[in-house]
Formats: sequence, C-alpha cells, structure tokens
Amino acid sequence: MSHPIGAVSETLLYLNGVTVSFDGFRALNSLSLVLEPGEMRAIIGPNGAGKTTMMDVITGKTRPDEGSVVFGADTDLTKLDEPAIAALGIGRKFQKPTVFEPHTVWDNLLLALAGDRRPRFTLLARETPSERRRIEEILATIRLTEQRHRRAGDLSHGQKQWLEIGMLLAQQPQLLLVDEPVAGMTDAETAQTAELLREINRTRGVVVVEHDMHFVRALGVKVTVLHEGSVLSEGSIDHVSADPKVVEVYLGR
Amino acid sequence: MSARITCIALVLVLGGALLLALGNLATAEQSALHASPYVISLAGKYLCYAILALAVDLVWGFAGILSLGHAAFFALGGYAMGMYLMREIGARGVYGNPVLPDFMVFLNWKTLPWYWHGFNIPGFALLMVVLVPGVLALVFGYLAFRSRVTGVYLSIITQALTYALLLAFFRNDMGFGGNNGMTDFKDMFGLPLQLDRTRDVLMLASAVALSLCLLLARFVVHSRFGKVLIAVRDSESRTRFLGYRPENYKLVVFVLSAVMAGIGGALYVPQVGIINPSEFAPANSIEAVIWVAVGGRGTLVGAVLGAVLVNLGKTYFTGALPELWLFALGALFVLVTLFLPRGIMGLLPVRAEMPLPRAPAPAQAAASEAGPEGVAGADFGR
Repeated sequence: MSHPIGAVSETLLYLNGVTVSFDGFRALNSLSLVLEPGEMRAIIGPNGAGKTTMMDVITGKTRPDEGSVVFGADTDLTKLDEPAIAALGIGRKFQKPTVFEPHTVWDNLLLALAGDRRPRFTLLARETPSERRRIEEILATIRLTEQRHRRAGDLSHGQKQWLEIGMLLAQQPQLLLVDEPVAGMTDAETAQTAELLREINRTRGVVVVEHDMHFVRALGVKVTVLHEGSVLSEGSIDHVSADPKVVEVYLGR
Repeated sequence: MSARITCIALVLVLGGALLLALGNLATAEQSALHASPYVISLAGKYLCYAILALAVDLVWGFAGILSLGHAAFFALGGYAMGMYLMREIGARGVYGNPVLPDFMVFLNWKTLPWYWHGFNIPGFALLMVVLVPGVLALVFGYLAFRSRVTGVYLSIITQALTYALLLAFFRNDMGFGGNNGMTDFKDMFGLPLQLDRTRDVLMLASAVALSLCLLLARFVVHSRFGKVLIAVRDSESRTRFLGYRPENYKLVVFVLSAVMAGIGGALYVPQVGIINPSEFAPANSIEAVIWVAVGGRGTLVGAVLGAVLVNLGKTYFTGALPELWLFALGALFVLVTLFLPRGIMGLLPVRAEMPLPRAPAPAQAAASEAGPEGVAGADFGR
C-alpha cells in the first residue's frame, strides 16, 4: 500500500525450504512458497498436509528446523516471536473464531487497532477521535455497526468470524493469514465473506487456507495444493483440479 | 453500575471504620454502641485481609494468574514493618540492648546483621514494605511469565515460593526471629500501640489503604491496560498474535498486586502485635483465594466482601466450634464453586466488573486453538 513504486516487484513473503518436524513426523517438508505484494492465495490440501503448521511458522508460533521465511525485502521471520511479527504487519485469523468474549464488539476492535502495545501506554490511553473513526469504518466494513455495544460472546458464529476479520483489519497488516474463514457458515454468510476478503485484498496480501472448494472457486485466485508438507501443485483452480497428482491425493484413498 | 457498587463499598468501608472508631472513643464502656478494643483490632485485621483479597483478585480475576502464594507478599510486607517495630523497641526490651532486638541478644549475636540497618528509620521501613514484595514479584514474575509458565504449573510454583520462604524464615540464623518471629512491639511512629487511640488510627488507616487500593485496582481494570489483561486471561496466544506481549502485562499487574499485599501485611502486623513464619503457610494463601471465590472472582468489591464475610465466619466458628472450622471452610469452597460460580456478587442483579467468559472455559479455549505443541500444559517447557 505505501510501497514506493520501485519496490512493487519485490515479493511480500518468501518461504524457502522450510522443514518442521514434531517427534520425527515431518509436518513441513522443504516447503517453498512465494507471495507477491497484493496477492490473494488460496492454500488447500487434505488434513495433515501442513497448512496450519505453515501458518504457525509464518507467525512465529513454531520455529522451523530448516529453511528461511523472509517478509518484505529482508526481514527473517524465523528470528522473531509472535508479537514482533504481528507488529511487522502480519495478521492471523484462527480456524475457530477467537474474539475476546467478555468485551464488547467495540472494545475488541479497539484492542486490535494498530498502535502502541506497551503497558505504560495502555494504562493511561484514552480513545482518540481518530481511533473512533477507524473503528466506525471497520464496523461498517464487517457489517457489525448495529452490534457495536454487544458482548462479543453473544454474537452468532458468523458474526464472530467477521469481528475477527475486522480485528485483523484494525491491525492494518500488510499480510493477512486466514484459516478456514467459512467453516460453519451459511451460504449467504459464505458469499459475504468472499466479498469481504476480496475487499481486503485490494490493499493487502491475503493467504486463505480453506477446505471448501466452492469457496475457493468463488475467490478465483491462484491456488497452492499442499500434501505431506510440501507443494504438490500450483495454479488456477481449474489447473490444479485437473492435475492428476491432486486427483490422486484427494480421491485416490 | 459497577461504579455504584464501588461507591457503596467505599462508603461502607470508610463509614464503617469511622463509626467503629467513634464507637470506641466517644462512647462509654457500658453503652450499647461501644466498640471494644477487641472489635477494633478485629475490624483492622479484616480490612488488611481485604487488601490481600483485592490483590489476589487483581491477578486471578483479571489476569488469570491463580497465585497460591500471595500470602508470601503479605508476610514480607509484615516482616518489613515488624523489623521497624522491633528497632523502635530500642532499650526497652527484656535484655535492654539499645540496638539488638531481644532474639538476637538471646542468640548471642554481637552486631546487627547488615539487612537490619535502616529499619530504625520509619520512611526507610515503609519503603521496604513496598519494595521487598515488589522486587520479589518482579524477579519471580519475570522468570515465570517469560518462560510462559501458566495455569496449574504457575499455581504450583507460587505455592512452592511461599513454602520455601516459610522454611527459610523458620531458621534462627536468617535473623528474623526464627520460629517465634517478632512480637512485644511497644510503639509505632512514637504512638504507643497499647493505646485505644493508636489502634483506632491504625484501623482507620487500613480502611483508607483498602479504599485507595480498591480505587487503584478499579482504575487499572477499566483502563485499556485492563482490557488487554482480560484478553490475556481468556486467550493469551490470541493476544500475542495481536502484537501484545502478555508477559509484560502480567508482570506489571503481578508486581502491583504484590505491593498491595505487602501494604496489607504491614498494616496487619502492628494491629495483631506479632509476625511469625506461619504467615507464609500455604494454607493462608489458599484461604485468600477462597475469600475471593466466595465474594466473586473478577469483581474487586466481591473480594473485599468475601474476605470480611469469611473471616467473620472464621472468628465465630473458631470460637464456637473450633474443630469444625476447616471443614466448614472446605465445604464453603466446594459449595460456592458448585452453586455460586460468580460468588456472592453473582447474586446481585447487575453486571460484574468484567464477567468471566461463559463457555468454553478459558483453559479449554486455549487448548483447542493451539497447535501440536500448544496444549495448555505443554507451554510449560518453553
């Protein structure tokens, strides 16, 4: 978004030969992946393909045994922890909506707003008009303006998913990692979510992990198929679904 | 709404203390309104316990840190005050030594240990009352929170902390009076502790300290800091992915809470007239947790209420049916957990300061969102 023109051609995220083992089980096996700035990418793959582990590695929850993860020009994410990576501008949405249930919708967004995260600031912080404006904007985007004063715990499942996406927007990330955003949603909610993700993608990179092939097709973006911790196939949804290797993994069991 | 409850609590605490002090000083002994010195010292004691309960609620109710060793900070504040009171005795002790407290003369010590220096100065002693528990909490919390020790593991090491201090303070060569602790205090800031008026002032001071702690705690939990704290309590890893460092938030509130507990202990010692290692007993810390659970975890005012009510019960039971008290306390805890998960405050028809999440329980939520190595308990090793 605020990149100088010359930097546009740089990659946003570059995973190079990333390997992660848990007790001998290779969750990621020399995985390599390149994401361009402003790109939306769908990641699919059967259970245990390493989708969530990949997210864990990018966000600093898990350290890879081998390989590097480079964000932007030259930031090595494997050296940083979760808050530092979040501060760099990488947001993550979990599979299960995790909003702060006792807080109101408004407060959830307030906590997510980009800004000083240190205790000495938050102890004395007061809501500023610009913060209020940002929150109003996000509320409109995620269609929760009416619910702003409700406890997040009282929202419906779909509303919680949107609130969480709203919290990610409030963080103003350059890259958004979204884990199964439409799991458990109604068809109408799924369609609205696809629209929301496309809207978000106008200004930032998005990685969507999803099982729902209809949803992936509706997004209409480049697809990466993971299998046993590495890339099996990559390309448009029509290309990968015609790929014999993919057919075998998905149907050959 | 919760503001109104806090106001009511403040009026009750300050007004009640004032009435008791007046009842003690301004009425004749035969009068029905007369408050005996016994009642005054009892009230003072309860107020100090309430400060401890408030400290426990601040970390347990709002940051999810179930400290089973908070009485250690209370006792350390108490010891710091006890050391001042010992030095204040001066040459009036049994052995008449102008510098060494009686127990040191008895142990044949010739000079004052280095860490006893300065405690003859009231200002220095008061500084230590907040500094010693604060620094211990800072070091302990830094190590524990940075290593991401949470849940039951953290509770166990807080328990170990207070137990270790108990054993250490039992030793005569630690220089804190060993088994007997410190007692026979004469006066404080020049006021004889035996005088009714001094005891009234101490009780009133406890009420004021409790009120200030309550206001401070309320300010903290209602600030943006407090909102982050609750986020940490309910979903620590989610907070981390938002860019917050939960360990720093926990550390700040843990130190603040330890300082509060220390102040409570320092006010407690001159009113009960003794401090000994039994104050470090793990059971004391657990009792403080029960006060909070009974009053209502995460409500602040509930902690104060719980401390006062449970201790009223304790005073009655240990007098009337001493052998039944521990059973009653145990039963109370079980019953409250089963039938009043939000404590007494949960019975009020208003919202708590910060309601706990309904379902799923925080521990389950944390476990289910975590990856292969992120199950709540597995965070221990990192």
